[in-house]
Amino acid sequence: MLEKDVLVIGAGPAGLAASIEAGKYGASVLLVDLNMQPGGQLFKQIHKFFGSSAHRSGTRGYDIGKQLLKEAEESDVEIWMQSTVIGIFPGNKIAIEKGLDSGEKEMVTMQAKKIIIATGASENAIRFKGWTTPGVMGAGAAQTMINVNHVKPGQKIVMLGTGNVGLIVSYQLMQAGCDVVSLIEAAPKIGGYAVHAAKIRRAGVPIRLQHTIIEAKKGADGCVCGCVIAQVDEHFQPIPGTEETIACDTIALAAGLKPTMDLVKLAGCKLTFNGPFGGYIPLHNERMETSCEGVFVAGDTTGVEEANTALEEGKIAGISAAEDLGLLTADAASDKRAEIWDRLHSLRLGPFGERRMIEKEVVMDEYKERIGTPSPIQ
Amino acid sequence: MCLRVDHHVILDCTHVGDEVEITVDGKVIKAYEGEPILAAILNAGIKINRYTVKRKEPRGLFCGIGQCTDCAMVVDGKANVRTCITPVKAGMVIKTQDGLAKGE
Repeated sequence: MLEKDVLVIGAGPAGLAASIEAGKYGASVLLVDLNMQPGGQLFKQIHKFFGSSAHRSGTRGYDIGKQLLKEAEESDVEIWMQSTVIGIFPGNKIAIEKGLDSGEKEMVTMQAKKIIIATGASENAIRFKGWTTPGVMGAGAAQTMINVNHVKPGQKIVMLGTGNVGLIVSYQLMQAGCDVVSLIEAAPKIGGYAVHAAKIRRAGVPIRLQHTIIEAKKGADGCVCGCVIAQVDEHFQPIPGTEETIACDTIALAAGLKPTMDLVKLAGCKLTFNGPFGGYIPLHNERMETSCEGVFVAGDTTGVEEANTALEEGKIAGISAAEDLGLLTADAASDKRAEIWDRLHSLRLGPFGERRMIEKEVVMDEYKERIGTPSPIQ
Repeated sequence: MCLRVDHHVILDCTHVGDEVEITVDGKVIKAYEGEPILAAILNAGIKINRYTVKRKEPRGLFCGIGQCTDCAMVVDGKANVRTCITPVKAGMVIKTQDGLAKGE
C-alpha cells in the first residue's frame, strides 16, 4: 500500500500552504484535489488583496496562487488532481478515486501518518420560487466561469447580495463584458466594503436595498428569462404590491458560504455550530488538530474567512504535522506557531475580523473542555 | 451565441488548448482542449445539462467547482460526469443526462 507521511486534501491556499510547510521539514506529502488545476479559488480572484505587506496586499489572488504552486514544486509535494477522497478509515487508511492522465479513474488505497483536511467552503443558496432553474447560480460559479474558464455565464445578470463577494463578482462580470442589471440586497445597507460598492455605483448599476428576489422567471427554453423582486419589511418579509419584474438570463446568489464538512464528518471529528463562521465546523486546538489524533484542519473548513487566514492556518497545520512526525522539535514548532498566531491576530482586526478572532477563541476553548486530548480515528 | 471572454483588462484570455470538435446531443460544437466541458457547451448556448430523476426538471451550472453535481452529463457513454471539472478532449460525445441515466 502507498504510504505517505502527510496526506493533504484540498489544494487551495490552506492545503497548499500546509503541504509546502510539511514538505519543507522533510515530510513526504501527497496533495489531492478534485479540480482540474490546483490553487482552489485563488485563480478566480483577479482583484488585489487588502491587508499588510506581510500578507501580500496589492497582489492579485492568481499571482499568489502561482507563487504557491512554485513553492509546492520546490518542496517536492506530490499533487494528484481530479482525485477525490472517498473514504477515511481507522489506522489512517484512505481511499482515493485517482484521476489518471487518460481521463479514467483508478481506486487507490493509501496510508498517511498525518491527514490535513482543507476542503474549503461551498456557497449558500437562497430558495425562492424557481431557484433551481438553469441560469440561477452561485456568484462564485459565475466568477469561475469568467475569470478561470473565460466564458460568460450569461449576458444580463442580476446579483443577489452585496457582501464583498456580491460586489466584487458584479464588478468582475462587468469587466468580462456582461451587463449587470442590478444588485439586490435585503438589508438596509450594503454589506461589503464601500470601495467595492463605489465601483458598481460609478458604473451606474443600481443597488436595490431592502429588496429580495421572490421568483426566477422561466422562459420557453426552460431557463431563466427574468426575476421578480419585491421590497422587504424590517423582518425581511416581502411587502405585497411592491413586486417588479427585471429581465435577465442569469441570477447570481452571493449569500455567504458554509464550510465543506463531508470529509471532516467522515473522519469522525467532533463538531460545533458557529454562526459567524458559517455553520458546523470541526473543533480544533491551537495546533489545528481536531478531536481525531493526527487529523488536522485549515482554511475555510474551520470557518469561512479569506485566503490569507487560510494560508496561515495551513502553515500551522503543516508545522504541527511535521512536529508530530519528529521532524521539528516541540520548542521550534511552538515558536513558529506563535509567530503565525500573531499574524492571524493582525488579520483578524476591524469590524469583520474582530468577531472572528473572538469566535476562534470560543472554538479552541470548547476543544479544551470537550476534547482535551485527541484520540485515533474510530 | 458566443459567450467567450476574448478581451479583458486584467486577464490574458489566450487559449492554451487546440480548437477541437465535440458532439453534444448529436450537434457538433467547437471547444478548446483542456477547458471544462461545461464552459464549451455554455459558450454554444446550451444551458441545460440534465433533467432530475422524479420531476424531470432541468438543471444547469450552479457551483462550477465540482460540488453540487447539477452539471452532470453522459460523457463518452459514462453517466454522472461533472462537466465543470472534466476537461474537453477532441471527439468527445456528450449527452444531456435524463435522471440517473445508465452508462453504455
